[in-house]
Amino acid sequence: MSVASEAKTGSRIRERRIDLGLRQADLAQSVGISASYLNLIEHNRRRIAGRLLGDIARSLDVEAALLMDGADREVLEQMQAAAIHSKSKAEIDRAEDLASRFPGWAELICEQTRRISNLEAKVQELSDRMSHDPALAASLHSVISSVTSIRSTASILTSDEKLDADWQSRFHKNIHDDAVRLAGNSESLIGYLEAPQETLIGNLPAQLVEEWVEGNYELIRGMETSGRAVAEVVEEAGLDSAASLLLTQYLDEAMSDAAVMPMSEFAKEAKKRDYHPGELAEVFETNLSAVFRRLSVLGPESGHPPMGLTVCDASGAILYQKTAPEFGLSRAGNACPRWPIFEALGQPGRPVEREVVLPTAPKTRFMCYAVAEQTLSVLNEPPIIKATMLAIPNPSEGAKPPLTVGPTCRICAATDCTARRELSVLTSA
Amino acid sequence: MGKRVLLIEDEPNIIEAISFILSRDGFTVHTHEDGETAMEKVRATPPDMIILDVMLPGRSGFDILRDLRADPMTAELPVLMLTARGQTKDRELAERLGADHFMTKPFSNSEVRDHVRAVLET
Repeated sequence: MSVASEAKTGSRIRERRIDLGLRQADLAQSVGISASYLNLIEHNRRRIAGRLLGDIARSLDVEAALLMDGADREVLEQMQAAAIHSKSKAEIDRAEDLASRFPGWAELICEQTRRISNLEAKVQELSDRMSHDPALAASLHSVISSVTSIRSTASILTSDEKLDADWQSRFHKNIHDDAVRLAGNSESLIGYLEAPQETLIGNLPAQLVEEWVEGNYELIRGMETSGRAVAEVVEEAGLDSAASLLLTQYLDEAMSDAAVMPMSEFAKEAKKRDYHPGELAEVFETNLSAVFRRLSVLGPESGHPPMGLTVCDASGAILYQKTAPEFGLSRAGNACPRWPIFEALGQPGRPVEREVVLPTAPKTRFMCYAVAEQTLSVLNEPPIIKATMLAIPNPSEGAKPPLTVGPTCRICAATDCTARRELSVLTSA
Repeated sequence: MGKRVLLIEDEPNIIEAISFILSRDGFTVHTHEDGETAMEKVRATPPDMIILDVMLPGRSGFDILRDLRADPMTAELPVLMLTARGQTKDRELAERLGADHFMTKPFSNSEVRDHVRAVLET
């Protein structure tokens, strides 16, 4: 199994030209540019997109999308998604031109889109709080109950002049007790509802954790041998309380995995067995999801393929994701339902092994392994299920054709998809 | 002995205030604080009317109302629901489940008293 290519556009053009036996001067002439400019392009010192990329692709008899590098494609998809989401009249077919000519502005559009998406998620979360946050509902109920009691009791005291002393004393005490409770509840509620501005407009806690993990693999691997405490590392990370809780859970699980599958031994076995999770689970006598997690942290710098990992709950909400080149599911709840992780959710306990291909990059394939496992069982309550999927890039050619999976229906170029939820702007225009 | 009102509510001071004003008006007030065993209380001491809080420990007032309407012995029993949540959907649910009236907290004593009088003195 080869390491996924992270070649840029220019390198891909050069590679294809050489494969076809074309001279640089001939290709340049066919698309109306100078050989020296083409040379700059091929050495990734000039970015191109739009019409010129299309012309070069046609001369090289290849789809333009295949020449684009992963970062370009991701930016383009995000720009297209931004245009669709805002229902603006932005010229979607000119997105490539804009990204090519003004990469800084393209990046800004993507960043703004991410922030808007996070803000909308936060607003939805806040507006759903009363219905879905039992702690907040209980707290508010307590406040209202105290107020009701005080109102009723005070009304009796003020309206009944003949109230005997015993009742007066009793009701005065009730008012006092309710007032004390009300003060306490009000203070707790204010603390609960008050949030620093940055947590309202920043990334979701899960994304903060993913970013931290992405930048600290070496530290995490070091914890396996140094025995450094999870609590200490979490405190040092300096994340907010929600993210810290998630990070603690992540690190606890990682250390647990490391105890069963020590990295040096695991890395050797993984390479020997061509990263097959089933075989590794047998060797280390552990469950598949643990092997998936462990494989996903093998460093590409050590020659391992950069593998992606997605963990979701029974509702499909992504709990954790480690992206890899060309790999990553939408967090907005509208991911392509054909990803094997969702197939696994439909059959808890039965692993899925499926090769997939992306419609925008026909040569980018992944071998996906997915399994849904019950993580908690409580009497008389529905089971808590978590699904984990590992994506290994560029597997050997399989016996069956790969399954096409996309980003999300709205911007997916796949045709004849049986799982399509809505028309794609890329094919319906 | 006056008409019997069963008050199903878990806040002790609200129980005391409502019991006081209704007793003073001549009604016999029984109280019960736990949602889980409320139906047993209804069957043990059949009331002429129920004042039922929505948020109760054990079972919600909506579940209890559903049981009341499903039992032929209590299907027609007048029920006044009390809740801290004044959202339209709660009111609609209470009506759909068969509550005769719905009051949001904080309510006034006279509101409760007037409603009970209207139900039990006609």
